[in-house]
Amino acid sequence: MSIRERLSGNEAIATAMKQINPDVVAAFPITPSTEIPQYFSKYIADGLVDTEFVPVESEHSAMSACVGSESAGARTMTATSSCGLALMHEILYIAASNRLPITLAVVNRALSGPININADHSDSMGSRDAGWIQIYSESNQEAYDNFIQAVRIAEHKDVRLPIMVCQDGFITSHAVENIELIEDDKVKEFVGEYNPKNYLLNNKQPMSIGPYDTPAYYMEHKRLQAEGMKNAKDVLLKVAKEFENMTGRKYDLFETYKLEDADTAIVVINSTAGTAKDAIDRLRKEGKKAGLLKIRLFRPFPAEEIAEALKHLKAIAVMDRCDSFSNQGGPLGADIKSALYGTENAPKLINYVYGIGGRDVRVENIIEVYDSLYEIIETGKTGETYRYLSVREREVE
Amino acid sequence: MAYNLKKKLSKPERLVGGHRMCAGCGAPVAVRGVTRALKEDDKAVIGCATGCLEVSTFMYPYTAWKDSFIHNAFENAGATMSGVEAAYKAMKRKGKINEEYKFITFGGDGGTADIGFQSLSGAMERNHDMVYVCYDNGAYMNTGIQRSSATPQFADTTTTPSGTESAGKPQPRKDLAAIIANHNIPYVAQTTFIKNFRDLHQKAEKAIYKDGAAFMNVLAPCPRGWRYPAEDLMEMCNLAVETCFWPLFEVEEGKWTLNYKPKKKLPIEEFLKPQGRFKHLFNEENKHLIKIIQEDIDKRWENLLYMCGE
Ligand SMILES: Cc1ncc(C[n+]2csc(CCOP(=O)(O)OP(=O)(O)O)c2C)c(N)n1
Repeated sequence: MSIRERLSGNEAIATAMKQINPDVVAAFPITPSTEIPQYFSKYIADGLVDTEFVPVESEHSAMSACVGSESAGARTMTATSSCGLALMHEILYIAASNRLPITLAVVNRALSGPININADHSDSMGSRDAGWIQIYSESNQEAYDNFIQAVRIAEHKDVRLPIMVCQDGFITSHAVENIELIEDDKVKEFVGEYNPKNYLLNNKQPMSIGPYDTPAYYMEHKRLQAEGMKNAKDVLLKVAKEFENMTGRKYDLFETYKLEDADTAIVVINSTAGTAKDAIDRLRKEGKKAGLLKIRLFRPFPAEEIAEALKHLKAIAVMDRCDSFSNQGGPLGADIKSALYGTENAPKLINYVYGIGGRDVRVENIIEVYDSLYEIIETGKTGETYRYLSVREREVE
Repeated sequence: MAYNLKKKLSKPERLVGGHRMCAGCGAPVAVRGVTRALKEDDKAVIGCATGCLEVSTFMYPYTAWKDSFIHNAFENAGATMSGVEAAYKAMKRKGKINEEYKFITFGGDGGTADIGFQSLSGAMERNHDMVYVCYDNGAYMNTGIQRSSATPQFADTTTTPSGTESAGKPQPRKDLAAIIANHNIPYVAQTTFIKNFRDLHQKAEKAIYKDGAAFMNVLAPCPRGWRYPAEDLMEMCNLAVETCFWPLFEVEEGKWTLNYKPKKKLPIEEFLKPQGRFKHLFNEENKHLIKIIQEDIDKRWENLLYMCGE
């Protein structure tokens, strides 16, 4: 029997970590992910796990220690947000190229400057090319479920890549919601033992890791890394199937909501999907065929499947909680556009930058987005494709 | 058991030949000197910061390291080995491994005293059971002899070149061993290659086999960067010690000990003269700078004597 609880997103992640009981956790505090290592330290203090916790002096050292630990043969985890993830940036690439399946809980927050502690995806979007698998979560339940599945995906022999499980700062990390937890023994059985093939502390076969790589080999090594990323998609689906058998909760590459018969849709990441579903329900009552595609797996990007799911629409708004300052829109916008390239009669597409730095996103704001999509359909004119949602034209009005 | 260099040298090497370090480089000498202190049956994981030693000993697909070896980045050798050591503790506790492992990481003075300083400080303060060895060649040699905070005052480097308006690096060097000693860790030592390597060996043995964090600052001359003949490695070390540029000392559980006191402290010119990087100091207009260096060395030496209760 699953366990009914009420937990914040942070406590949900910490609970998943406790149930997994990893060998090493190395972490550094930063709002809004701080609670994760705090809860976890208490589990250690109370003897609920026998993990080695490394209270490092920075996030750069957190990721560096994770690389050392995972290379040594230990299942290793960490958590961070915002500037912390940015400080890890250099080492994220090293973790990926060394094929180290570290699990990282990202609680999405705006990057400085100006300093801001609220929900925003600039942090994990900034690491999207680092070679990490990225999974996003709408709710506390999804963050918990994704974190447990993440370990299996990352450690799979055909993947062997680090993974980040993202959720929105405060909106889900601090809000307490109902959640269904899985029993400890079932979680342990589901994730299994970590048995790497090569590791530093293998007494039968020493290993050197982190070579100087010349042009004669570097490219092949990167190609192999890309191969692991390619395999991650199928592995994720298999793990999701097993997870569904255990819990009854169904996961896929992405989630759709009333998309099949829709003429307009928004594509969105994390908690705003919940708000968008409410907006859709209202619009549907008015007879408007509004739909939604919520990204779950962002790296690798399931472009073909997304294009297939969106191709019948008349107009789409891609929602980026982050600007890429390309003067073209955000990173999700760019990926969706390239996914649709080559699709005949592709839907008209606009890209909104919304909610950055924690700007509130209400149902009415999402309805505005759909209104602009219907206007595009009616007029046949797309207009400006790079838009900001709910922004004042002047700092103070 | 009495120390016997010949016997120690007959142990199997843990860093084997065929690597790409320059002839006469001090870094592999430091590595061999330290790793010789490992008991033959003990396993080790060796770490290394980016720098000459790393890129020359582990170029894919070849490794010169017999033990497990990890290179992560330039500024994180301390944190990386913290992670390895934490993994060892956890895996041992969970019964996943039984063997004895020792953890030793190397970094150049740049990777240690500059960019990796925070990572080192953190690893030492957390008291991981590991040894951090700084092989100090007095500059960023791998990228072409740029100054570091360990570069001696008035040395000519590619980022502190001497010229009509410059006499080389303006600042005196950072005293890394003392800074780490102030972390109050179980063991800190400063050493180099002297005579039969006994000083280095005994310090390495203590550093490796003491529980908790240990730090060794090893002067490792670089014939290219310092511009002296490659065969004079031992002579350069000897002059560094006899002029008190590089005193041999250790700090064990907070107690400072001077391990060697020159009978007659040589003037610093003796150390500076053979090195091309100090050539400009011997021009008439720069002679007063040598006096400044001498004063700095005297001051540091007096302070060290005081710390060691001499
Ligand atoms: C973050 C980062 N900055 C700069 C470099 C370039 N770099 C590589 S090695 C090195 C100098 C190494 O100097 P040191 O630590 O003294 O070791 P040595 O090469 O002298 O043995 C530099 C600047 C790098 N690899 N990473």
